[in-house]
Amino acid sequence: MKPIRWSLLVVGWLFVSGCSAGDVGDSQSLLHRGLASDPETLDAQRARSVQAADVLRDIGEGLLAYSATGQLVPGAAQSWEIADDGLIYAFAIRADARWSNGEPVTAKHFVLGLRRLVDPANAAFYASTIADIVNAGAIIAGDAPVGELGVVAIDERTLRIELSQPVPYLLSLLTHPSTFPAYDTTGNVDATRSPLSNGAYKLASWEPGSILRLQRNEYYWNNAATAIDAVHHHVITEETVELNRYRAGELHTTDNVPSDNFAAIKANYGDELRVAQYLGTYYYGFNLTRPPFRDKPALRQALSMAVDRDVLVEKITGRGEAPAYSWVPPGTDNYDPPRLSYADLTQAERNSIALSLYQRAGYSAENPAQVELRYNSSDTQRRIALAVQAMWRETLGFEATLISEEFQVLLTNIREGQNTEVFRGSWIGDYNDATTFLSLLLSSNPANMTGYASEEFDSLIQRAAAQVDPDRRRLFLEEAERVLLADHAIMPVYFYVSKHLVRPEVQGWDDNVLDYHYSQHLSLDAAH
Amino acid sequence: MAQYTLRRLLGAIPTLLLVVVLAFLLVHAAPGGPFDSERVLPAEIEANIAAYYHLDEPLPQQFIRYLSNAVRGDLGPSYRYRDYRVSELIAAALPISILLGALAMLLAVVIGVGAGTIAALRQNSIVDRVVMAFAMTGISIPVFVIAPVLVLFLAVKLNWLPAGWSATTGASRLLLPVVALALPQIAYIARLTRASMIEVLNSAYIRTARAQGLGTYAIVRYHALKPAMLPVVSYMGPAIAAILTGSVVVEQIFGIPGVGQFFVTGALNRDYTLVLGIVIVYAALVVSMNLVVDLIYGVIDPRVRYR
Repeated sequence: MKPIRWSLLVVGWLFVSGCSAGDVGDSQSLLHRGLASDPETLDAQRARSVQAADVLRDIGEGLLAYSATGQLVPGAAQSWEIADDGLIYAFAIRADARWSNGEPVTAKHFVLGLRRLVDPANAAFYASTIADIVNAGAIIAGDAPVGELGVVAIDERTLRIELSQPVPYLLSLLTHPSTFPAYDTTGNVDATRSPLSNGAYKLASWEPGSILRLQRNEYYWNNAATAIDAVHHHVITEETVELNRYRAGELHTTDNVPSDNFAAIKANYGDELRVAQYLGTYYYGFNLTRPPFRDKPALRQALSMAVDRDVLVEKITGRGEAPAYSWVPPGTDNYDPPRLSYADLTQAERNSIALSLYQRAGYSAENPAQVELRYNSSDTQRRIALAVQAMWRETLGFEATLISEEFQVLLTNIREGQNTEVFRGSWIGDYNDATTFLSLLLSSNPANMTGYASEEFDSLIQRAAAQVDPDRRRLFLEEAERVLLADHAIMPVYFYVSKHLVRPEVQGWDDNVLDYHYSQHLSLDAAH
Repeated sequence: MAQYTLRRLLGAIPTLLLVVVLAFLLVHAAPGGPFDSERVLPAEIEANIAAYYHLDEPLPQQFIRYLSNAVRGDLGPSYRYRDYRVSELIAAALPISILLGALAMLLAVVIGVGAGTIAALRQNSIVDRVVMAFAMTGISIPVFVIAPVLVLFLAVKLNWLPAGWSATTGASRLLLPVVALALPQIAYIARLTRASMIEVLNSAYIRTARAQGLGTYAIVRYHALKPAMLPVVSYMGPAIAAILTGSVVVEQIFGIPGVGQFFVTGALNRDYTLVLGIVIVYAALVVSMNLVVDLIYGVIDPRVRYR
């Protein structure tokens, strides 16, 4: 029987050609990292996802960078000066900054990069983060040519950025991949279309859906301090699959940790499990443009107070998340978030106040308010929604109908603002500053999903923006959040944590609120 | 036969066209667009993105643009993988999926037919019962259960085989996915073969062959196998379809950069062009595989004539 002979051959070939299950540690300087999804692009200016940024931070470098512990440090710029009015920044580019083809990185490349970011033809997602650079807004809107951007190469090694109003967090923005230098107007590719990088690593190959292989960039200015020779980012979308691959010894670090059996993982992995504070807030939003929530702050407050956040973070998420009583997460630079007025009460005290507020809003057990609660289909979301629904019912007699929707459908519904009443949302900081959270609720922000429109809040944010003194600015921002919390426009539920599994031989992995872990800061210890 | 093949291929064109139209409409009818996220963009930037991908044009115009490019082999830019064209992604993924599917099919036929034949020859013996019990289990346990169990034992506990595709470039990464994909089909084919083989072995001409003194091997090899294979060959069409859909799950679990995985991520991300491209490829694959099965039928059964 011929087929049998074939199949024996095939099976034999399979065994002979590779019974070496991919153990990590074959080569001491090859690091295997899990990555939760493919980057949508490695064009620094057009990328948008967290995962794309993770890879881009390995293969590129901005004027500044973050240290392993999350402190701002010089990157391609060795130093900078800021004018007293906070409107002009001058950067000195390192003499030894190099592209992976050996050519120097100059101020011109940074001009090109920032112009690419605001160029309407590139439709860059993060363009608006630098809208306070002179003329940026007009260029994004297509009303001015890109050449008019307030970024000038004074000479090969001096870059000048002019702002139309102070941006105290500009330096942290300049670590973001969207502000990386561009080799030419088409991005970081050379004449043969092969990718170029100015970071510690360069891209060797990319198999979408599977793996990105990076290799040491010999021309990187800090190459001597880079320990690991090659980095493999393994694209693994399922958290449980990633855990299995870590257990099988195929990964040094994971991008995530599944919430199922988190207690068991914690018991089994001890110090390998890294859970850290993260700049992200999980919240429930109210649609403030329609009844029943329009002009009903008491109802919103009642619902917010009746949710026992401790139960949610202990019994449901259980990964070390902190209950949220503010919108801006703790750990944000130069900011001390105000807390919801009832944060210091016990849950029993909150419940009784919630009930009286609910009744004052005109509802009762006989005449309950009925709303729809929408969330995106996933097990964790469903469990949280079920718990919240039960808490509202038990404490207030409030009836919420749960509606599970695919994420894209939920977003469409929230944006249209017609169907949604209460919805599940989350917000992850783009940079380490309170405005990345607070500006979401400006009445002028198209991403403002609740429809919150408070003149007082808007004007406080505007006044903060005009401040050069960081302490004065901070007071205005904190006051704005106080207004926001008193209005109960949103209901913060918990603050996210970052969670990874990191093998003991990986050295140099420090927890930080941004959850940035540059491969160039890591090393592998052979002793393990 | 050549004429028949040509006619079938021409007949496939309207089928494919209908599939493209339906898929295009369905994909665009799904709420949400490829660039929606919690971070809603300023209107100008949103308009820039829409213009860049021609999403601001009316739907019929988008369809005509898509179709006229598609017939020239360009399936458009991927919205999710912005550095790639859909044709590039499919060209990289299709060989992997086909290799996976073909190996699984081969394994399923060889082991399934072998086990089914042995069971038929030893009807009602212990061997028969064990094979059939195994087949019953194989049919009832879905791939998304089998695959993680295989990973848990053979990769995580025993460390014999890689748990994921990207862990090695060696062929060992094929083994678990192929087995996971083949197991349900092995089971089904074994049951089909057994039933059909028992029927054939009880027919008059086999008794004649036995009377002439032929051994069991010769009887099965030269007289029984071909007719007993007919139901198995008919099942090939559905089996190929099942392996295609099964590969969607298996590719997710093992992180295999095949067509199935791109199909899932494409659908979740509203990557219109990627999903459409894969639907076209799947449709073409199913149509041509059905044709191949019909042609094999003629080879095995001389009574079949193509007109």
